[in-house]
Amino acid sequence: MAAEKNKLRELKLRANAIRQDIVKMLLEAKSGHTAGPMGMADIYTALYFGVLRHDAKNPKWDGRDRCILSNAHICPVLYATLAHAGYFPIPELMTLRKLGTRLHGHPHRNAVPGLETTGGPLAQGISTAVGLAIAAKMDGKKHLTYVLTGDGEHDEGQVWEAVMLAAKYKLNNLIQIVDYNNIQIDGPVDKVMPLEPFADKYRAFGWNVVELADGNDMEKVLDALEKARALSGRSDRPIVIVAKTLSGKGCSLFEGKYQWHGRVPNAEEAKTALSELDAERKKIEAQA
Amino acid sequence: MANFELSQNARLAGDVFSGGLVKEPTRDGWGRELVALGAKDRNIVVLSADVSSSVRTNWFEEKYPERFIECGIAEQNMASVASGLAMEGKIVFFSAYGTFSPGRNWDQVRVGVVMNKLNVKFSGAHAGITVGPDGATHQALEDIALMRVLPGLVVLNPCDSVEAAKCARLAAAAPGPVYIRVGRENTPVFTTDATPFEIGKAVVLKEGSDVAILATGILVHEALKAAKKLADAGIDAAVINHHTIKPLDDESVLHYAKKCGALVTVEEHQVSGGFGGAVCELLSSAHPAVVVRVGMQDRFGESGPAYPLLAKYKMDADGIVEGAKSAIAKKSQKK
Repeated sequence: MAAEKNKLRELKLRANAIRQDIVKMLLEAKSGHTAGPMGMADIYTALYFGVLRHDAKNPKWDGRDRCILSNAHICPVLYATLAHAGYFPIPELMTLRKLGTRLHGHPHRNAVPGLETTGGPLAQGISTAVGLAIAAKMDGKKHLTYVLTGDGEHDEGQVWEAVMLAAKYKLNNLIQIVDYNNIQIDGPVDKVMPLEPFADKYRAFGWNVVELADGNDMEKVLDALEKARALSGRSDRPIVIVAKTLSGKGCSLFEGKYQWHGRVPNAEEAKTALSELDAERKKIEAQA
Repeated sequence: MANFELSQNARLAGDVFSGGLVKEPTRDGWGRELVALGAKDRNIVVLSADVSSSVRTNWFEEKYPERFIECGIAEQNMASVASGLAMEGKIVFFSAYGTFSPGRNWDQVRVGVVMNKLNVKFSGAHAGITVGPDGATHQALEDIALMRVLPGLVVLNPCDSVEAAKCARLAAAAPGPVYIRVGRENTPVFTTDATPFEIGKAVVLKEGSDVAILATGILVHEALKAAKKLADAGIDAAVINHHTIKPLDDESVLHYAKKCGALVTVEEHQVSGGFGGAVCELLSSAHPAVVVRVGMQDRFGESGPAYPLLAKYKMDADGIVEGAKSAIAKKSQKK
């Protein structure tokens, strides 16, 4: 129990450190997206520090689980997580979006070790993940393919093309995690393009659904990921985790506000964010 | 009368104007070659968007069903799925009508396939106005422009089914993405297995000095017919087969621009943005010369049989003759 508690605390601290780096990166870059990356820091931490089979020293290891970011505008969280996981040096995060960087505004495949795909145009990542999962089946390989998408991304018809194909080919080696934060550029998702009943749509399309009520609660995140992995062995359906997250999580200025989808903090706002995050860090450290 | 003598090196079928030549669509050569490739390499995978029998990928499916993925009518998803398969080491072929693929999935092709330099070889089928009765919506007349603008993509346009098979074969062996344009109409098979074929290298079918006809795709045969008519009228026209639109054979284009001073480009495509556009882009800085572009003159097509449509829109042999005469006239005005 003590070991588990320790592990949980470590993960929470890691997610906090990743959030602090995201704020610093965005301040330095002066453009980019804030809400999505902050909201997904817990899930990314759980994946790279808890769940994925991967090896930062051997990024092309054939047995690794593939992890694809489809709503790739939230790449600051992916970059920060990869750096923390040892794929490249953490100080390089400060080069985000600058001339000569490997950390482009939207990711380029293999630009840094661990980057599986080029992304940005929405819905392409989930289709690519379907291709990866089909290839794994063809070759009898046992790794899993994870793909992260956004709720707003589901406006794209291509998502549903991929969803149908995944069910048709019984891709139980595919685990999709939907960042269901209810914000997109023009406003709340339920105003821009209502998606409900979202989980039921996935069930109707032949997927197994894991509902994650709080994608910012590390314990619940781990539990959902474990459930998904267990399902992949038991059923012949692809799996989707519908993860309710709080956009901008970690700073009261950003949280739940769609206006922060595509803007970055100025120096003053970053200071507030970092001080709130630091207070949070101290709270986690104080937990027995 | 000028001489009409075909280049020996081109190793064409004995009589290229014989009524006895086999006629079949370029899609058939491509489809047959996929089956042959499938036997040689287990990594070859073929994707379909519900048109496998129309684009001849059903022949591969019959032989290798476990390596055939039916994506349904979803060209965008198909292109991105192809990129995922290629990332895992597959050599992926997919095919759909050119109006939809790359017409509908240009973004998926651009980012997922071409930007990533993946081993995806895809064909736009039912290309050109010769898809005829299906009408303007289904006549792909813009696909070369859409594909040619993408950095690093190889763009091939075979002149007959034998050349289409070579395109598929070399595409499979070439690293990175390749686009191949194929058609549905039965067209004469006038090249042979011995006809030279190298990606990026134009093939001289006939030498000439008054005007050079640079042709691509199934209209290469019309270009030969035009050269014969021109010879009968005392005009010595060269005919060059540009099966590769990108990378363009700059050296050959420049050679004939200098030698003849008058060029005619011939393609079953809009005259802007396609093969003729590529030739003009090159010559405008390297060696300005008269270029008359035979093709669709910035308009959409209509229903009708293939060859009457080619005639109506002046892309047949007579249209090319007209283009050649106009190029020669402009050349002499320039002097």
